Amino acid sequence: MKLGRPVVEMTGITVEFSGVRVLDRVDLTLRSGEIHALMGENGAGKSTLIGALTGTLPILAGEVRIYGEERTPAGVARSRAEGIATVFQETHLSPHLTVAENVMIGNEVRGTFGIDWKANRARTAEVLTRLGLGDLDPGRSLSSLSPAVKQLVAVARALVLEPRVLILDEPTSSLDAAEVQTLLRVVRGLRDRGVAILFVSHFLEQVFEIADRMTVLREGRFVGEYLADDLDHADLISKMIGEDIAALKALRSERLAHHYSASGDPTLRASALGRRGTLDPTDLELSRGEVVGFAGLHGSGRTELARLMGGAERADSGELWVDGVRVHLRSPGAALRSRIALSTENLREEGIIGGLTARENIVLALQAMRGWSRPLSRGEQSALIETYLEALHLSPRDIDRPIEELSGGTQQKILLARLLATRPHVLILDEPTRGIDIGAKLDIQRRVAQLAGDGVAVVFISSQLEEVVRLSDRIVVLKDREKIGELSNGPGVTVDTIVEMIAADLDGAPEM
Amino acid sequence: MSANARGPVEALKGLVRRQYFWGIVAVALLLLVNLVKDPGYLAVSIGPSGNLAGNVIDILRAAAPVILIAVGMCLVVATGGIDLSVGSVMVVAGAVSMEFLKDAPDTVGSTFTALALVIAVSAALGAVNGVLVSVVGLQPFISTLVIMLAGRGLAKVITGGQNTAATNETFRWIANGYVFGLPVVFLLALLVAVGVGLLVRRSALGLMLEAIGMDAKAARLAGVNRRALLFTVYIFGGVLAGFAGVFATASVMTVDVSRTGYQLELDAILAVVIGGTSLAGGKFNITGAVVGAILIATLDKTVVFLGVSSSATPAFKAIVIVALCLLQSERVRRVFRQRRAAGTARPAEREVVAA
Repeated sequence: MKLGRPVVEMTGITVEFSGVRVLDRVDLTLRSGEIHALMGENGAGKSTLIGALTGTLPILAGEVRIYGEERTPAGVARSRAEGIATVFQETHLSPHLTVAENVMIGNEVRGTFGIDWKANRARTAEVLTRLGLGDLDPGRSLSSLSPAVKQLVAVARALVLEPRVLILDEPTSSLDAAEVQTLLRVVRGLRDRGVAILFVSHFLEQVFEIADRMTVLREGRFVGEYLADDLDHADLISKMIGEDIAALKALRSERLAHHYSASGDPTLRASALGRRGTLDPTDLELSRGEVVGFAGLHGSGRTELARLMGGAERADSGELWVDGVRVHLRSPGAALRSRIALSTENLREEGIIGGLTARENIVLALQAMRGWSRPLSRGEQSALIETYLEALHLSPRDIDRPIEELSGGTQQKILLARLLATRPHVLILDEPTRGIDIGAKLDIQRRVAQLAGDGVAVVFISSQLEEVVRLSDRIVVLKDREKIGELSNGPGVTVDTIVEMIAADLDGAPEM
Repeated sequence: MSANARGPVEALKGLVRRQYFWGIVAVALLLLVNLVKDPGYLAVSIGPSGNLAGNVIDILRAAAPVILIAVGMCLVVATGGIDLSVGSVMVVAGAVSMEFLKDAPDTVGSTFTALALVIAVSAALGAVNGVLVSVVGLQPFISTLVIMLAGRGLAKVITGGQNTAATNETFRWIANGYVFGLPVVFLLALLVAVGVGLLVRRSALGLMLEAIGMDAKAARLAGVNRRALLFTVYIFGGVLAGFAGVFATASVMTVDVSRTGYQLELDAILAVVIGGTSLAGGKFNITGAVVGAILIATLDKTVVFLGVSSSATPAFKAIVIVALCLLQSERVRRVFRQRRAAGTARPAEREVVAA
C-alpha cells in the first residue's frame, strides 16, 4: 500500500440539526500511514464530522469519497465494511460484560453451534497482545479494570476489524502520562502499518507529539488543513479560538482590574465538608462578589465539592453556613431555598428538561421554590424571561420551543437563567462552557463577571484552565479528592502556575 | 379574510392536530355503525320525571368510572409511572361500602360515612403505592402490581368471600340518579375531570409533574420535590379509583368480588394512551383521557349492541384500539402525508382553505 494516498476525502460536508447548521462546508482528507488531528474547541463540530464519516449522522450536502469512490448515503454497517473503525471512550463499553465480549461484540467468531467462545477469547488475546496487554485475561469482567485498561480494550475492539481508517475520539482523557505513552506508541505502530488515523484530543501536547497533519474547525466551519510542523501552540490556539481571542483578552484584563478583596462575613463557609469515598473534608469560604475557580483534573474532587455545596449529594461530614446561618442540604431544592444554585456538568441529564419549552425550563426552579400552589402568572413569567433575553443574548422566538431543539449554548444559557431567577447568593457553575459555541461561551463568562459585580459569590469550574484563570479572583486547586491549595489570582498567575501546583503535589497517593 | 372567520378555523385546525382528535373520530364512527344497524340508536327520550334516557346516556353512565380512573392514571403516567392497582382499589372500595351499608340504617348519614370509609381505605392503598414508589424507590409497575394482587384478596377477606349486597337509597342515587336530566355519575366524573384539569393547569402542578416525568434527575436539580409529588399523585389516583368503585357497586348495590373493577386498569391505561399521553411520561392531557374513557365505554356498548359474541369481545376491542394507535403514530401519519403530497391538487386546495 502506497503511503500518503488519500483514503477518505470529505468535501463540502454540511450537516443541520433541526434547522441549525452545525457543520458548514467542511473538508477533511485522511491519508494512509498518516496521523491526522481534528482540532477545534468544544462545539466546533468535531463529533458531528466524525458522525458524518461513520455514517451515524445524515449529511445535508457535500460528498464523501473512500478510495476515490463516492459514497452514497451510508449507515454504520457500510462504513464498517469500508474499514472505518472508531475507538470510543471507555465509558461506552459495557461494564458487566467480559473483556472478550466487549472486544468481539458485533464481530463474534461463529462456529457450527453458534458463537465459538474459545475462538473469541483467543482472538481477543491476540489483539490485546498487540496492545501490550498480553497478560490480561479476556474472561475478566470489564468493571474490574482501571479506566486506562478499559480504554485499551476499547482500542482492541476497533482493531478486531483490522481497520484501514481508525478514529480515536478523546482516547486519552482518562489515562495517566505513562498510559498515554503506551497508547500513542500503539497508534504510531498502526500508522506505520499504513492505517489512516483520525485523532481527536483536547490535549495540545499530545496532538503535537503525534500528529502529522491537522484540520482545524471553528464553529462548524473549516479553518484550514496544516502540516503539524508548520504550526506552533499559539498559532493553533488562535486558529481554534479565532477573532474572539481579543474579546477574551479584554475580559481577562477587566477581571484583573476589578481586583477583589474580601471583606465582611463570608457568604458561604464550609468547614470540613466531605463525603466518604468522594471528597476528603474540605474548608472553603466564599465572599460576596467573588469569583472562585475550582481547578483540578477530572475526578480531582472539583465536581464532588460543587455537588456537596449544591445539595446534589449529601455530605456525611462537616458543616455549611450561608450568610451566617447553618444549613443542612438534603436536596438541591433545599440548597436553592438556602440561596445556593448549582448547575452540574451534565447539562442534558441534570440540567435542562428536553421536552419542556425554554420558558418552562427557565421558570421551573423559581416555581419549585414558590410551591405548586403559587404559580407564576404569564405576566410574571414574561417579565422574568424579558430580564434574561437581553442579558444572555437569547432569541425571543426560541422561548416557546422545546429546549431540545435549541443549540447547546442556548440550553446552557437557559439553565443559567433558571438558576438566576431564584436570585442565588451563591452560584456554582460546573463546566458551564463545555460543548458550546464560542459566542455563548463569551456571553456566559461575561455574565459571570457581571454577577460577581452584583454581589453574587460565584464558583466557576472548567477543565479549560484558561477560563478559570481568566475569570477567577481566587483559584482553589484540588487533586485526588482533596483541596491542595489556593491561589490569589493576579497578573503573575497563568495556566502553568496551576499545572505546576498540581504536578508538584507529590504527597497525593498515586492512582490505584 | 375576516379576522373572526379565522378564529373557528384555527381552533378546528388545533383540534385536528390533537392526538385525541382521532379518539373523537372513533367515537363518532362507532356511533355511526350503531346508527346504521338501528336508525333510532341515537334517539334520546325524556322520561316522565324529566330525565333523559337512551343509548347515548347509557354510554355516558358507563364512561363515568372509567373517566375517574383514567384521570388518576393520566397523572400517574405523566410522572413516568403506572398504576395497575386501580381495578383492585375499586373492588376494595366497593366491598368496604357494601359491608358497612349492609348493617347500617338506610339514611343519608350512612351514605356519607360509607363514602368517608371509601376515601380512607382507597387513600391508604394509594399511600402504600406512593411509599413503595417514592420512598422505597421500587418500580411503579411492581409496586402497583403488588397492590393489584393483594387488593382483590383484601376485598374477599372484607366480605368473607361473599358478593355482599346492601340497601341505601342515597348511595344508590349516586349511581342511578339524575340531575338536570343527566346521570349523576357522569356529572360527577366530568366535574372531577374539569376540576383536576383546572387544578393542574392553573397551578404549577402540571409543569412539575411533566418535569419529573420527562427527567427526574434534572427536575430534582431544579428543586422539584419529586417524592412528595409522587406520593400525592398515587394517593390521588387511589381515591379516584375508590370513587369509581362506588360508582360501579352502587348501581346494583352489590359488590362482586371477582368482577367489580376487574381489568379496568387496562381500560384506564388505554384511555390515557388514546388521549395522547405517552406512557414514557411527561406531557399529559386530561381532556384526552376523558375522550379515551368515553371511547372505551362506547366500544363496550357497541360490542354488546352489535351482538359480537362475548368470547370475541376482547379481539374486537383490540382491533379498534390498534387501528387508533396506528392512526396516532407519527410514522404512519408521515406516510399518509407523503402520499398526499404526491397527489396533485393538494397545494391549491390548501390555499383555498387558508383564504
